Amino acid sequence: MAVTAVRPAASAVLDAERVRLDFPILARLVHGRALTYLDSAASAQMPLAVMRAIEDYQLRSHANVHRGVHLLSQEATAAYEGARERVRRFLNARSSREIVFVRGTTEAINLVAQSFARPRLAPGDEILITALEHHANIVPWQMVREQTGCSLVVAPIDRRGEVRLEELMKRLSPRTRLLALAHVSNALGTVLPVEEITAAARKRGIPVLIDGAQAVPHRAVDVRALDCDFYAFSGHKLYGPTGIGVLYGREELLAAMPPWQGGGDMILTVSFERTTYNELPWKFEAGTPNMSGAVGLAAAIDYVEALGLDAIAAHEQALLAEATAELERIPGLTILGTAAHKGAVVSFTLDGIHPHDIGTILDSEGVAVRTGHHCAMPVMEYFGVPATARASFACYNTRADVHRLAAALHKAREVFR
Amino acid sequence: MELRDLYRDVILDHNRHPRNFGQLEHPDAEAEGHNPLCGDRLRLAVRLAGDRIEDIRFEARGCAISRASASLMSEAVKGKDRAAVKRLFDSVHALLTDPHAPPAADLGKLAALSGVREFPARVKCASLCWHTLNAALEKSATTVTTEVPDEVPSGIAQQLAGEP
Repeated sequence: MAVTAVRPAASAVLDAERVRLDFPILARLVHGRALTYLDSAASAQMPLAVMRAIEDYQLRSHANVHRGVHLLSQEATAAYEGARERVRRFLNARSSREIVFVRGTTEAINLVAQSFARPRLAPGDEILITALEHHANIVPWQMVREQTGCSLVVAPIDRRGEVRLEELMKRLSPRTRLLALAHVSNALGTVLPVEEITAAARKRGIPVLIDGAQAVPHRAVDVRALDCDFYAFSGHKLYGPTGIGVLYGREELLAAMPPWQGGGDMILTVSFERTTYNELPWKFEAGTPNMSGAVGLAAAIDYVEALGLDAIAAHEQALLAEATAELERIPGLTILGTAAHKGAVVSFTLDGIHPHDIGTILDSEGVAVRTGHHCAMPVMEYFGVPATARASFACYNTRADVHRLAAALHKAREVFR
Repeated sequence: MELRDLYRDVILDHNRHPRNFGQLEHPDAEAEGHNPLCGDRLRLAVRLAGDRIEDIRFEARGCAISRASASLMSEAVKGKDRAAVKRLFDSVHALLTDPHAPPAADLGKLAALSGVREFPARVKCASLCWHTLNAALEKSATTVTTEVPDEVPSGIAQQLAGEP
């Protein structure tokens, strides 16, 4: 059953100007100016190919799945399950039974929290996370802590925004029942050495969940090579639709977990006395699923693999280097997150100008960045700032975007001079 | 949408040099305001003489609009009684949100905030201090918020606020 993932040969260089033509929204004006979209880490824009795949599904094949014998229902089921197989290949999972469609990364983590962690944990047990996690990888575990009496242990980071590996390793204890960590930090861009960490955890028999929301759009992910137990990501950060995401789970773990939500589609038989649950992965997909979302996600995967994830990564790393160099030249600008290995994210503050004001001034120049705590308030607290501004880069960004960002930041300094 | 309408000289000045900034000795009422979306945080204390605000001080960690608005407010409400403060609150609220509101004569320097309504995402920055002052006057010790803080993990908001 194991099939090695076949990835299309990546073209050496990504032609971002051509890529931009696939994203009609990038041609619109904002406050009368060309849009410079630097907020893809929050939500990426969608290429026409994804919109057309969704449209085609809705125009031709939509019906409920796994139910009717009529042709549309069969086509819809084929499209939905075809999307699952597409995700399986994308992640190089062993089986499509290991691919559960969810609303997004947040729901994936909550599913693992409630269905995997909650029934297993008791007072004295520990869940280990890191200090750079998104709230979505903190709060679900706090809920499990309240429900079970377990402890939540946090591995610290250093001033560069890197997880202190020796401190994390020290916290892998016989009481650790789960390690949950980001692959790439959304607030700082830090790429975590998840292979090394996962290997250390698995040697001690500790299951590992990886929050891959910020990783999957920027690098090829192979869950078998990572050897993790759970891997979660969202469609809309991968140029796909919102409301669809994926939980990869190792089959033997998923099989042993109770269903999370009850309803239609997740059952085999129901009587008022007892219900037998459906097989994997449908056991975890109660109710009519998001078929058009799954179709769109599959099309988004086709899109990024056609561009080549290695080519995307090389392109973004070049932009990151250029943006870092250009922003470092701006007086009073401090970059938060200076890890040796970073995703294409630059989080920064500017002396005397609150990030919220930076956001407004940049917006007036057509430059869209995220400002705030990035759903990572503990990270902000660690660096002693209430918020940062964050520019994030994607396959469709160009050097011109970097220059427009820098020019807008100079403008912000002028306004506040 | 003109940036200069938002960041007027009065606003920039009050951001850089906020008036009535700091801690108030022997306050009669205090309150804390928080805008979890942008991390604006404001602590405010008043000393009352009967029905009148005798003195007011605030400390703010936030954007230029929230600091300047609090500074302008502190100047405007000092010496005023509750009824006058309530009237000012209503005028400022209309100024920030209602494009058809007639210019209120009593606003004085607060009129510098009129540009905010062209920037809907920033209205809460300007109104936070007023909601906080209301809370203080109601002698409520609770933290007021512009949002239901559902994306804030339990415990963290309190930690940031320096509460147990």
